[in-house]
Amino acid sequence: MIAAALIHPHGPYIDWAALSPLVALVGGSVVVLMVGLLRSRFARTQVVPFLTLVSLGVTIGFVIWQWHRHVAAISGALAFDQLTGTITLLVAAGGIAATLLSWRGQAPRESAHGDFYSMMLGSITGMVVLVAAQNLVTLFVGLELLSIPLYVLCATEMHRAASLEAGLKYLIVGSVGSATLVYGLALIYGATGSTDFSGIAGSISQGHSSDVLLLTGIALLTVGLAFKASIAPFHQWTPDVYEGAPTPVTAFMAVATKAAAFGVLLRVFDVMLPAEHLNWRPALLVLAAISIVVGNVGALGQSSLKRLLGYSSVAQAGYILAGVAVATTLGARATILYLVVYLLMNIAAFGAIVARERMTPYGDDFDAVAGLGAEDPWLAWPLTIAMLALAGVPATAGFIGKFFLIDALVGAGYTWLAILIVVGSMISLGYYLRVINAVWMRSAPGPSASAAAGVPVIAGGSPEADALGQTHIELRFAAVVFGGATVFFGIVPQPLFDLAQHAANTLSGAL
Amino acid sequence: MLSILIWLPVAAALVGALIPLQRAGGLLALGGALGALGIAIALIAGYSGHGYAHVTDVVWIRSLGIHYALAVDGLNLFLVALTTFSFALAIAAANIRDWPRPRVFYLLFALAESAVLGAFLAQDLALFVAFFDLMLIPFYLLLGVWGGPGRVAATLKLVIYTFVGSLLMLAAAIALAVLTSEHSGQPLSFALTTLAANPLHKGSQEWIFLLFAAAFLVKMPAFPLHGWMPDAYREMPLEVLAVFSGVLSKVGAYGFLAIALPIMPLAAVHFQTLILVLALCSIIYGSAMAFTQTNARLIAGYSSVAQLGFITLGIFAFAPQGAQGAVLQMVNHGLVVAPLFLIIGVLAARAGGSDDIRDMGGIAFRAPVLATFFLIVAFATLAMPGSGNFVGEFLILLGLFKTKMVFSIIAFGGVVMASVYALRLFIRAMHNRVGPKVASGEMSLRNALVLAPFIGAILLFAIYPQLQLHRSESTVTGSIVREQIDTGQNVRVAELTGLPAGWIAYGPNAETTIATGGANK
Repeated sequence: MIAAALIHPHGPYIDWAALSPLVALVGGSVVVLMVGLLRSRFARTQVVPFLTLVSLGVTIGFVIWQWHRHVAAISGALAFDQLTGTITLLVAAGGIAATLLSWRGQAPRESAHGDFYSMMLGSITGMVVLVAAQNLVTLFVGLELLSIPLYVLCATEMHRAASLEAGLKYLIVGSVGSATLVYGLALIYGATGSTDFSGIAGSISQGHSSDVLLLTGIALLTVGLAFKASIAPFHQWTPDVYEGAPTPVTAFMAVATKAAAFGVLLRVFDVMLPAEHLNWRPALLVLAAISIVVGNVGALGQSSLKRLLGYSSVAQAGYILAGVAVATTLGARATILYLVVYLLMNIAAFGAIVARERMTPYGDDFDAVAGLGAEDPWLAWPLTIAMLALAGVPATAGFIGKFFLIDALVGAGYTWLAILIVVGSMISLGYYLRVINAVWMRSAPGPSASAAAGVPVIAGGSPEADALGQTHIELRFAAVVFGGATVFFGIVPQPLFDLAQHAANTLSGAL
Repeated sequence: MLSILIWLPVAAALVGALIPLQRAGGLLALGGALGALGIAIALIAGYSGHGYAHVTDVVWIRSLGIHYALAVDGLNLFLVALTTFSFALAIAAANIRDWPRPRVFYLLFALAESAVLGAFLAQDLALFVAFFDLMLIPFYLLLGVWGGPGRVAATLKLVIYTFVGSLLMLAAAIALAVLTSEHSGQPLSFALTTLAANPLHKGSQEWIFLLFAAAFLVKMPAFPLHGWMPDAYREMPLEVLAVFSGVLSKVGAYGFLAIALPIMPLAAVHFQTLILVLALCSIIYGSAMAFTQTNARLIAGYSSVAQLGFITLGIFAFAPQGAQGAVLQMVNHGLVVAPLFLIIGVLAARAGGSDDIRDMGGIAFRAPVLATFFLIVAFATLAMPGSGNFVGEFLILLGLFKTKMVFSIIAFGGVVMASVYALRLFIRAMHNRVGPKVASGEMSLRNALVLAPFIGAILLFAIYPQLQLHRSESTVTGSIVREQIDTGQNVRVAELTGLPAGWIAYGPNAETTIATGGANK
């Protein structure tokens, strides 16, 4: 890197090829914002999401192009390695799914299409920066770039109070999380005298390992990241925000934010702080255990599907955190594999839920999916598969993910946590099966009931736009594709293992 | 060949589900099930009586050392045949009726068959666990969508009980493989032969064994873990219930014999008394409940609990006769209980849709063929001398008598009680006064055609049980060889049958097996 700088005296050398995924995202964000300003209704409602998809597709293409390069770009501030690549693929896939889910939805219409998709791309940019970050400053920049557009996205259904409430709640809680995190970063810098991950790791290994300042810093950093990853007991915002936010945004938050947050958790704990593992490992194990219990128990009594998935995401975060906490290569691989699986199952579920929200007057209540099995098998099966996969039933990717996690835990000697995961899965059956019961074993609420419930009048909404009963092909497409992928990777899981192995190889030097 | 056997039913039903003809689903599912039955019969005819046959071994998940390994041996050969036979006839019976949403119904039915076959044939522990868990899903949906009025509550109980067991087993299986790999220094492997060749030390075996035992006992169901049974049996469609009771319960017993005993011999010996006590409780409790119930389904259900108690006794007698009897009895019980539920269906249709034996009665003379079939099934249930069940129970009690005489004497009581509840069911349903709503009449030709093969099979095993006993002998003895050595009983038998008997001897680690076996002795 130094040599490169010497050869080009005109300025620091920038490896544009390595940065190309980021360029595609930022460029896409700008272009989408501009096109959104056009007057043509067609341009706004159709071209904008299409360009968003193009931008994400190009990003994925660039990642695959750069797959085998390991580059430290921008003076070593960002690392484009296979971990970054994998997480970028995940968040881009999450973004594509979210774009499909919101294509003809309410949220982009109310918040101007260009702004909506531009912010989504901005948030994805933040995620990539966060995962690629190699020093504390970049990490914080990435985190804020991720979070701020999300605060806005949560509030994009401006005529629904719950959406605004969700945005505000997320803003306040998220800001507290960020503040905690930045305080932690400052303390770590104070203790080690470096903002660079490798510098910090070097400093710790030279004998600062039980410095109180450092330990406090690590604790605050952990709390800050736990807020983002909705790990209990820092999860209180999750159900409310998941319920209030527009459903496509919820889906995006569930899968993409989680992937980015766990990507950075892996990076922080396994690259920056491996020498400290005696101190942070018990803490993470306990957090994982709490999340599993709190998430699974909390989900039991919910009547809103989105709240249910919110609590379920807390529980799933606990499972994934267990993979980080064991701090072995196997654990890192299990974490990444589970992130992929988690994306597949959740998008399948959210696709079906969004479709039902537009077809019935029940929103995300259980009534919305009652009798779905008889009415619409192409939505019922993806939803059923997603629920079974989340519960960890064989022949779905969820089983493979859980199997690998338990394998990693037992291999590292944490059988008690493996048993807890199993117990959590048992409890989780109690609520996942309720969804399946509603889909297959209840009949649809009668038409009279739906008339009585009525559609809440949305000020400013045009009647044709608010009309219910529309079936949208792209929702069905997303649900079926991701549901099918859940089953496919449950039967042929080796590609996922290979991907996880590539991604975790980056970390294996540190472990 | 075994892959075709497993996947043929579900493939055929999937084609049926995609064809937009309501009738096609049932007929294609039936075709697939009959095809599987044909393959199973070919397997029986071709099996030599020793070791594995038709081994399929493909790497499934390289990173975890999981293989897609299937094989037939003396233990699962007839259970596979029983599965294909019962499913083919149950699907045929289901075809007589009209179902709402038939295509999904038959798809799930066929998926259940594939999963059960997979569980029986799997020779890799992870694959077994996957199939074991998977087979619950179709039954859960079949019960929940097509069941009786109380079905939703019943599904909840069924799923929670059985899944809790399954998930514990999942954790236990992974722990078993990981610990074995650490213990032996070999790469991670779930192959049953590898796991059996490298037994863990006693402490680890014990807790892992308990988790496995919990899963198997729930599935059977055995006495303290049977809480899900009454509700599920009351609400499940009878055609589904016939295979559920006839086949699924055997997976638990099969698991003990094929997995728990060979892999965890020390723990099996350690917990022998506990399991035997549970089995005795199952016999006594099941029998007692069976002659106090008035719902015909529950009489049959509790009788299953008692019968599976016998099977468990036979397995944990750790004597070759006992285990042989248990395997024979698994098949016999499947052959008896499946037609029993189908007959209850026929009777209920004549009693205004009621399963209660108080609403039945008095149609024996007006339906002589039905009465004859029912009588044969009832006699087989109570293990009348001359029936295959008699041979099975006799062998079980003989084996137990040699090793644990006290248990054997108490278990004899169960045989007596079996005759009480079986005859009570027959008399109340067929004789006595005519029930208030009973529309008497002979059963239809189609019902008779479905039942006749079961009756034929019962008679076949009554006359010629050696058909099975010869083929299962060497494998079954192999499964319990270690326990015999560890309990210090019947060492002579073990020596006579040859130490590396059964499929342990045919694995890649045959030498090690002999070495460890010798060391244990």
